[in-house]
Amino acid sequence: MDMNSFSPMMPTSPLSMINQVKFEDEPDLKDLFITVDEPESHVTTIETFITYRIITKTSRGEFDSSEFEVRRRYQDFLWLKGKLEEAHPTLIIPPLPEKFIVKGMVERFNDDFIETRRKALQKFLNRIADHPTLTFNEDFKVFLTAQAWELSSHKKQGPGLLSRMGQTVRAVALSMRGVKSRPEEFMEMNNFIEIFSQKINLIDKISQRIYKEEREYSDEMKEYGPIHVLWSASEEDLVDSLRGVARCLDQCCKATEKRMSGLSEALLPAVHEYVLYSEMVMGVMKRRDQIQAELDSKVEALTYKKADTDLLIEEIGKLEDKVECANNALKADWERWKHNMQNDIKSAFTDMAEENIHYYEQEQIVDFLQLQND
Amino acid sequence: MEQAPRDPERQLQPAPLEPLGHPDAGLQAAMTENNFWLKKIEINVSEAEKRTGRNAMNMQETYTAYLIETRSVEHTDGQSVLTDSLWRRYSEFELLRNYLLVYYPHIVVPPLPEKRAEFVWHKLSADNMDPDFVERRRIGLENFLLRVASHPILCRDKIFYLFLTQEGNWKETVNETGFQLKADSRLKALNATFRVKNPDKRFTELKHYSDELQSVISHLLRVRARVADRLYGVYKVHGNYGRVFSEWSAIEKEMGDGLQSAGHHMDVYASSIDDILEDEEHYADQLKEYLFYAEALRAVCRKHELMQYDLEMAAQDLASKKQQCEELATGTVRTFSLKGMTTKLFGQETPEQREARIKVLEEQISEGEQQLKSKNLEGREFVKNAWADIERFKEQKNHDLKEALISYAVMQISMCKKGIQVWTNAKECFSKM
Repeated sequence: MDMNSFSPMMPTSPLSMINQVKFEDEPDLKDLFITVDEPESHVTTIETFITYRIITKTSRGEFDSSEFEVRRRYQDFLWLKGKLEEAHPTLIIPPLPEKFIVKGMVERFNDDFIETRRKALQKFLNRIADHPTLTFNEDFKVFLTAQAWELSSHKKQGPGLLSRMGQTVRAVALSMRGVKSRPEEFMEMNNFIEIFSQKINLIDKISQRIYKEEREYSDEMKEYGPIHVLWSASEEDLVDSLRGVARCLDQCCKATEKRMSGLSEALLPAVHEYVLYSEMVMGVMKRRDQIQAELDSKVEALTYKKADTDLLIEEIGKLEDKVECANNALKADWERWKHNMQNDIKSAFTDMAEENIHYYEQEQIVDFLQLQND
Repeated sequence: MEQAPRDPERQLQPAPLEPLGHPDAGLQAAMTENNFWLKKIEINVSEAEKRTGRNAMNMQETYTAYLIETRSVEHTDGQSVLTDSLWRRYSEFELLRNYLLVYYPHIVVPPLPEKRAEFVWHKLSADNMDPDFVERRRIGLENFLLRVASHPILCRDKIFYLFLTQEGNWKETVNETGFQLKADSRLKALNATFRVKNPDKRFTELKHYSDELQSVISHLLRVRARVADRLYGVYKVHGNYGRVFSEWSAIEKEMGDGLQSAGHHMDVYASSIDDILEDEEHYADQLKEYLFYAEALRAVCRKHELMQYDLEMAAQDLASKKQQCEELATGTVRTFSLKGMTTKLFGQETPEQREARIKVLEEQISEGEQQLKSKNLEGREFVKNAWADIERFKEQKNHDLKEALISYAVMQISMCKKGIQVWTNAKECFSKM
């Protein structure tokens, strides 16, 4: 599979692509490893921002070296995402963590927020690395390897602001016209992603709520054990029993803390990523619709003979190719995405169940010991 | 209010009760066994019923009545025969207890279950008519009766016996004992507490202990209620997963079954907390009993302080009369007295007058000495009897609280077992997705 030349912009024959398109993640052949760490605060006269250290290790020939270390800020990630979306409008680009959370944020740069963001950024880059197409994207390579000034100058290339705005306006205009004939399979996808998005959002909220309730439970429990110790001070004959109970309750506290950190490290980020992912997918669906709408409008123009017929026919030909590419890309990526989603959700919830089992087992052990003492 | 000198043993203790069945020569020996009464009878508060009636102000009211069934147990085959069954309401229990408090001030009288629901966590209602509250109260009232019946001294009380056997007229019978008049006024007790000089150290310590017990158990119950609230929240929110998983499973082909069945287990998990917390409420009730017992302990201490203060006052009075007498006899005036002043102002009194006064004082002194002697005796008897009951109480308390803590641990283990089961099932469903 020659992925380097795969791009809807290039005139490739649709036929050759249909047979080749099959996306699978192959973790055994992983040759690109990325970590994101060491958040650092930078203060200038204009602003304060955080940069993250990105270390890349690779055995790929097209990279000049086997190890790279660069510093990037959130804006750089946004740029990369934009470029990827431009280059592959109907591939499902991994989501970036939100710019900032409006609710419950005291300051933009508190430790929990930074840590959550760091983990999400690492996930973002690794997802790109694992994607059979995106991993070979040139901008991605530049992002991982270029020094700060190199990156700045690279960013300045490419379509200017005005032309990008123009594209957006046209896209909006087209989407206003609506999609005349969305193929069946994409209708299904659309329905799926709408409902999925709803449900995953609810699950995100429920999971956050569970974390909050567990936090409040843990806080109350912290007070519960010590009271028994206090009581034991005035009861000679019950000292052992009361202290035993106090120990149990303290152990329960610890077990609860562990359960909570299991949630916040595994389930919550995984579910939240899919909340953002579902938004991405909906965006991809829209872009596919737009590409098709472009084709439809030209076809319509042909029927009404609005412009030069030959030119129209040529354009239509190109657009048909484009639509074909886009659709295939999406279909393949969709399958891959769904497969990943299934695995990720399954493992997130399985782990959560495991954590809960472990939590109750811990508590049970502690309580048994207490009973034995009595 | 007690005016005439009293003979404690005879007036406070009604005639010893003959146990149901056979007037027993072995009664004396059996008295040392705590549970001898229970061998003869069984008491159950078996039902609770809502009733309406008219109260003292002729207004309609709703109240709950409780059915008390007493069974006597045959010696030979352990079979029990229903001997008495009647209905009582909470206020009648209160009347019984107040009576016992007056007539047995040296006994740590078992407490009643709470009048109003306290230490509630949010799901529990504070409504006295709530069926769960009524149920727990039923159990508490039964427990109270069993405690009284198994107390070596209280079980022999006639009024208690009538409470279990005489439905009509019982209230009148109790009131006829005039116990309300014999009760010490709160004000008098408070006064004694502040002014007593030499209370028995053991009672002072006991008072501190009961204050600490009350404070720590209250605190514990409050925190427990908050913990229960939070735990409820954690479990119930998981129930929301059930609903959403179910809706989500509708659009999934491969994941659908796993999601659906996992959702079911989330529902099971969420609803399991109701029973768990119901059981815990019984544990809380056990602690509450000892919270209220603290007040009973304090009542005994107050009685001691009152008696001791009374004694001290009597001794003081006697001493001052003796001194007055001496001064009159010797003619020296060492202490200021109104009589002395008026004598100075309006002239000396005659020797006859003085003699008369000395005679009166001597009579009073003699009487006073008798009184002091009997008060001393009374006081020592009280301390001895009270302390015996307190030792009994301590044993009971240690035993009961230990049992309660163990049962709490058992509850927690059971909760954990359920948790493990539910999450193991859920995990299996998730891994099949």
